Amino acid sequence: MIKRADIVIIGGGVQGCSIAYNLAKKGAKNIVILEKNTCASGSSGRCGAGIRQQFGTKMNCMLARESMKTFETLSEELDYDIELNRAGYLILAYTEKEINQFKKNVLLEQSLDIDAKMVTPEEAKEIVSCLNLEGIIGGTFCSTDGNVNPLYTTFAYAEAAQRLGAKYYPFTEVTEIKTEDGRILSVITNKGEILTSIVVDAAGGYSGPVGKMAGVDIPVYSQRHQILVTEPIEPLWKPMLMSFSENYYFQQLPDGGILGGFGDPEHEIKGDNINSTWQFSRTMAKKMVKLVPILNEVHMVRQWAGLYNMSPDSQPILGEHPKLKGFYMSLGFSGHGFMLAPTTGKLIAELILDGKTSIPIDKLDIGRFKRGELIIEPSVV
Amino acid sequence: MKDETIICRCEDVTWGEIRQALEKGYTTLDEIKRITRAGMGRCQGKTCRRIILREIAKFCHKDIEEVAMSTFRPPTKPVKLGTLAGDDDD
Ligand SMILES: Cc1cc2nc3c(=O)[nH]c(=O)nc-3n(C[C@H](O)[C@H](O)[C@H](O)COP(=O)(O)OP(=O)(O)OC[C@H]3O[C@@H](n4cnc5c(N)ncnc54)[C@H](O)[C@@H]3O)c2cc1C
Repeated sequence: MIKRADIVIIGGGVQGCSIAYNLAKKGAKNIVILEKNTCASGSSGRCGAGIRQQFGTKMNCMLARESMKTFETLSEELDYDIELNRAGYLILAYTEKEINQFKKNVLLEQSLDIDAKMVTPEEAKEIVSCLNLEGIIGGTFCSTDGNVNPLYTTFAYAEAAQRLGAKYYPFTEVTEIKTEDGRILSVITNKGEILTSIVVDAAGGYSGPVGKMAGVDIPVYSQRHQILVTEPIEPLWKPMLMSFSENYYFQQLPDGGILGGFGDPEHEIKGDNINSTWQFSRTMAKKMVKLVPILNEVHMVRQWAGLYNMSPDSQPILGEHPKLKGFYMSLGFSGHGFMLAPTTGKLIAELILDGKTSIPIDKLDIGRFKRGELIIEPSVV
Repeated sequence: MKDETIICRCEDVTWGEIRQALEKGYTTLDEIKRITRAGMGRCQGKTCRRIILREIAKFCHKDIEEVAMSTFRPPTKPVKLGTLAGDDDD
């Protein structure tokens, strides 16, 4: 294995690979990605890969909008078909409180040139004719939202980064990070030591423990999230169906299978357990059959789980750690880190190489929790 | 084996696609599954998994026992959503 590197990225998921690609594209040399397992074995390969620009904070709207712009041409840029499917997101509302929040969200989104609008239950049914409208009092629709194949996207970034000279080491686990006087000296792995002064923590659900190795505290925790997929069936509808109050998201993918899950912050275990449960598939099946009754006869073929890496305000933590020079963080994505990867990867690369970013992300620094300047995102599952 | 030979019938994956993944350096069952979708379809790899395992072993000059299995995901047989939704006893 290599003995010395300019930049060591810990974690070969979509974040680490996008950062490596963007660094290499900007001309950085001697970049190494260390992955304890294989490419896309973490959350990136387990997620829904939905891309929405409908959020409740300006920061998330902007980051997602810029990512969507990149996704539009990413297949060509990376020379790998990532199967972009611009099917839209239909977000359904069940309470007046939600409608009020959605009105605010839509105003914000429109001010940022995101093509979202309020819809009535009848308009929702025009968009997705197989919906059972029970309990639904409205919603929002953004036709330019969509999804990609998360596996292909992660491999695409990894391969493109390697073509530009970055090195990807699978089955290479970081076990220790050596520091001295607030600077990084090296990382120790199960395959040997690499001298470096710059480390990027892109370890997803393990980013907290990686911080500990470097002696820094990162206020994140991980929590299991489960997901299932059905057999492919004839085309029924296209957009992602999502609700925050009823708590679900599911969508028919281009291959005909229906993929989705829900968040269960109260019951799901914290930590790194990613076993699947029957309670999940039962509850999810109930939610699906209630909203789209025709799914009653459709078979689930597979279920699995992955980790959300949660931050105190459900927003990512981006930037250098104030107490450790050269220790950059791209973590705490709280369940929407796949869609942001094209943009955050570019911004982290800019930050490392130029010391400044083309979209201001200083508000997403780790210091915001001490300052009490949390940016609470109201619209997450 | 011919490149056109279908290895995974559920997802329509040919030997050619698997061979290319191997040649790119993806030599675990999990990686090949993720890149080609082999084994992700309705039957969840009941037949193709053995064949791919054998081909990985051949390609890497290893014994078949030395090649890591991919994760078996529940359920082992497809279940109707309606059945799941109606199932209440915990
Ligand atoms: C069920 C589910 C559904 C989701 N749906 C969506 C969605 O629709 N849209 C969306 O945008 N996001 C979604 N997400 C969130 C998304 O998956 C994550 O935010 C995103 O994948 C994070 O990428 P990452 O590269 O940071 O993490 P990961 O992909 O987890 O990558 C981190 C990598 O670091 C490696 N690693 C850890 N520790 C070490 C170590 N010590 N040494 C070496 N390597 C190490 C791990 O093996 C892992 O591969 C979902 C997540 C889940 C679980």
